[in-house]
Amino acid sequence: MTSRIGVITFPGTLDDRDTQRAVGLAGAEAVPLWHRDKDLKQVDAVVLPGGFSYGDYLRAGAISRFSPVMETVIEQAKAGLPVLGICNGFQVLTETHLLPGAMLRNNHLHFICRDQKLRVENASTAWTADYEAGQEISIPLKNIDGRYTADERTLDELEAEGRVVFRYLDGNPNGSLRDIAGITNAAGNVVGLMPHPEHAVEPLIGTGRTDGLGFFTSILKKLVGA
Amino acid sequence: MTLDTVKHATETPESAQPWAELGLKEDEYARIREILGRRPTGAELAMYSVMWSEHCSYKSSKVHLKQFGEKAPENDALLVGIGENAGVVDVGQGYAVTFKVESHNHPSYIEPYQGAATGVGGIVRDILAMGARPVAVVDPLRFGAADHPDTKRVLPGVVAGIGGYGNCLGLPNIGGEVVFDACYQGNPLVNAGCIGVMKHEDIHLAKASGAGNKVILYGARTGGDGIGGVSVLASETFDDSKPTKRPAVQVGDPFQEKLLIECTLEIFQEKLVAGIQDLGGAGLSCATSELASAGSGGMRVELDSVPLRDATLSPEEILMSESQERMCAIVEPQHVERFMEICEKWDVIATVIGEVTDGERLEIFWHGEQIVDVPPRTVAHEGPVYQRPYARPDWQDALQADDAGKLPRPTGGEELKQQVLQLVGHPNQASKAWITDQYDRFVQGNTVLAQPEDAGMVRIDADTNLGVALATDGNGRYAKLDPYAGAQLALAEAYRNVAASGAKPLAVSDCLNFGSPEDPAVMWQFAEATRGLADACQTLGTPVTGGNVSLYNQTGETAIHPTPVVAVLGVIDDVTRRTPIGFAEEGQLIYLLGDTREEFGGSAWSQVVHEHLGGLPPQVDLERERLLAEILISASRDGMIDAAHDLSDGGLIQALVESCLRGGTGARLVVPDALDAFTFLFSESAGRAVVAVPRSEEVRFTDMCTVRGLPATRIGVVDGEEIDIQGEFSIPLSELRTAHEGTIPGLIA
Repeated sequence: MTSRIGVITFPGTLDDRDTQRAVGLAGAEAVPLWHRDKDLKQVDAVVLPGGFSYGDYLRAGAISRFSPVMETVIEQAKAGLPVLGICNGFQVLTETHLLPGAMLRNNHLHFICRDQKLRVENASTAWTADYEAGQEISIPLKNIDGRYTADERTLDELEAEGRVVFRYLDGNPNGSLRDIAGITNAAGNVVGLMPHPEHAVEPLIGTGRTDGLGFFTSILKKLVGA
Repeated sequence: MTLDTVKHATETPESAQPWAELGLKEDEYARIREILGRRPTGAELAMYSVMWSEHCSYKSSKVHLKQFGEKAPENDALLVGIGENAGVVDVGQGYAVTFKVESHNHPSYIEPYQGAATGVGGIVRDILAMGARPVAVVDPLRFGAADHPDTKRVLPGVVAGIGGYGNCLGLPNIGGEVVFDACYQGNPLVNAGCIGVMKHEDIHLAKASGAGNKVILYGARTGGDGIGGVSVLASETFDDSKPTKRPAVQVGDPFQEKLLIECTLEIFQEKLVAGIQDLGGAGLSCATSELASAGSGGMRVELDSVPLRDATLSPEEILMSESQERMCAIVEPQHVERFMEICEKWDVIATVIGEVTDGERLEIFWHGEQIVDVPPRTVAHEGPVYQRPYARPDWQDALQADDAGKLPRPTGGEELKQQVLQLVGHPNQASKAWITDQYDRFVQGNTVLAQPEDAGMVRIDADTNLGVALATDGNGRYAKLDPYAGAQLALAEAYRNVAASGAKPLAVSDCLNFGSPEDPAVMWQFAEATRGLADACQTLGTPVTGGNVSLYNQTGETAIHPTPVVAVLGVIDDVTRRTPIGFAEEGQLIYLLGDTREEFGGSAWSQVVHEHLGGLPPQVDLERERLLAEILISASRDGMIDAAHDLSDGGLIQALVESCLRGGTGARLVVPDALDAFTFLFSESAGRAVVAVPRSEEVRFTDMCTVRGLPATRIGVVDGEEIDIQGEFSIPLSELRTAHEGTIPGLIA
């Protein structure tokens, strides 16, 4: 039986269909999940895709964290359910405190869309096992509130525990502290990042690279192997 | 204040009415009285004033636009033509594509962020109303001089507005243009285009039929924004003496629009609507009168049931409001419940505001009292038509006589090199990445090509790799020198761009930006440009499917350059065969296709080096354009070329620099015997492209060109880390990149 990966749609989510396609390309079954529905339909993992949920009018991700579906996601993530938050999904995860820190407006105040080089710092999370530690990948970045921030103690903790999963290379695009592009929780099942792996899964589309596919093959291998 | 009911209007024929303040002319007001057989009520006057505005009625342009229909080429692909929200073309495999370009020029000058944002919102709803899922947007933009202080206000606001709205909708921005010219100083052009995809059977039209069917208004609540936007703002010339017009600009909420899109697509999927119209310019006045006019029967609307943002709005204001993110659907009674459920799912407010009647009138009531009773066709489709006088301006001859060929040309390699750097670093030729990097080009996961490629391209079927391409082009300098040729050159360039990407050009949409139609010189430019475009579309076999006219783009007596912006849509059966512009493979051969003549009138070189505009634009040869396109498409399909770039403003050198920087490789070139280096590099002769041919394909490619009769000249090879013109000069890529990419950030920061 193939693995089932849930993809949540909030009002204002944009990359849900792209993420579903990426999940399918990796060989798993994508299961659409709806923000009003507490039921996760017995999926094996969950992706919170990018977008502007609730328009991000209050603060990115601030309203979505209170949606019915997130009650279940928070509960099950604490019990080990693999969760990946991409862009707005990462912002939601910090709002829920499943991941520490917060995202501020980019230091140059503009939306930025570009191909972004990253270094995979931690290749042992549920979502990065198919990469090698130190591997450099390029995937699209696109956001206006992407500047990762946290207090010094939290940052030191993240570094010490190897929980910085991705770091920006060749120029920090938004002023994120310590060039942090993505992090994980202590257990390694919850990962959030600002760049978009789901936009780098087919050779012809977007940047023409498939560096993002590893996220989805990583989780699939973990689920199948478990 | 007493309510101005139909009864009251009949009883008080002599009441003075503010028709002039609403933008109506005296004879237009008289005609309304004649149609109704009485004075209009305040609400009726409001409706007629917005619907008979230049923006909605096309009263000055209509007599010229009809050529697009009369000269329309036979084209089996056309499913829906001019007159609907947008045209629809068949792209094969059961898919239909709808696309259109519109203007939001005037609002974007007054309030750049919201003006540009709601421009995106409006065109997206037009596409949605046809039954299609919007899949991409493009933005052709024109601003005043790059170094003018006001450009620093307008440009960042417009770009942030397009990004802020479009990014939040989840639509990839795949193309467009950015042009600077002092003629747009007080009249920036903010055009916006959108592509939508549907299956043939999903095409929806804006008509209300079937007595008893419900009229449902859904989306945002109606507020006081954008009142009179089309009549007061878009249909008049800016004039310092009048009070600020900011309240006439709408305010956008992209989150609401995103919900509206998903909600509407779900409603379409369940086939719940009999007719649908978006609310844009002229708001409810437009939607109700157009739906009723296009359908059979009449319509009855209870205006007081419209959900409001501001409870103090008068019925006239509600009818004129251009609040964004609203749609109006005609729904059979048995589908209303399900329609409402889907709206509730998406948190979209939906209200039954009336129903289709078996009468012939559009009747609107306010708390039970009748305030509108009109024949809908007289509002929506039978507005005034003007035969505006037009005359070739007396300065046209002198302008054309001022030949750019007489300008001093560079002598020697060093001067050529300096002018190359000057050209590629000029704001018009410089990289626009600072702008386009503020737009999401990746969302939806189907973007094959995006700026700075020749055309934007998206895949529309992931299983078969069917895709569509869109390019928009316009050159106001060419059109100023000769509006007939200028419009044709705009079409030719967009057509060429689509073909260079590997797609087959299918159909056209246009956004015609001009000055005041009340100036006979401007009207002549408009008449010439429409005639040129219609003739060229006929020759190339690409029908105009719809578009938009924006007049009154002038400050005082000074009009903008006539600026017809042309969008060409193409189809490609297999997006894996697309051709990018970048030279990526060292050793590949560079071929120049087409004929190069000494043509510098209106050229980028004459502007950048001499600040000159005069002479004649490049000559138009549409048969050559067609042949070039066929060669580019065949070569792409059969794998004979790895890169192609059309030649337009800035000529060969501009194209070479872009292709080299994009691919990260250099090029070694030799000036052909028949040409001098200057003409070779800077001429803007049309009907040309540059391609990179793998050595293994050279014979096959050149044989094809020879057989088909297209001149193909081998001019060099992809190689090294500089552009080297043998015997003339050589410039390292790093130096070119600095010149090309540093300009725009330097201007704005």
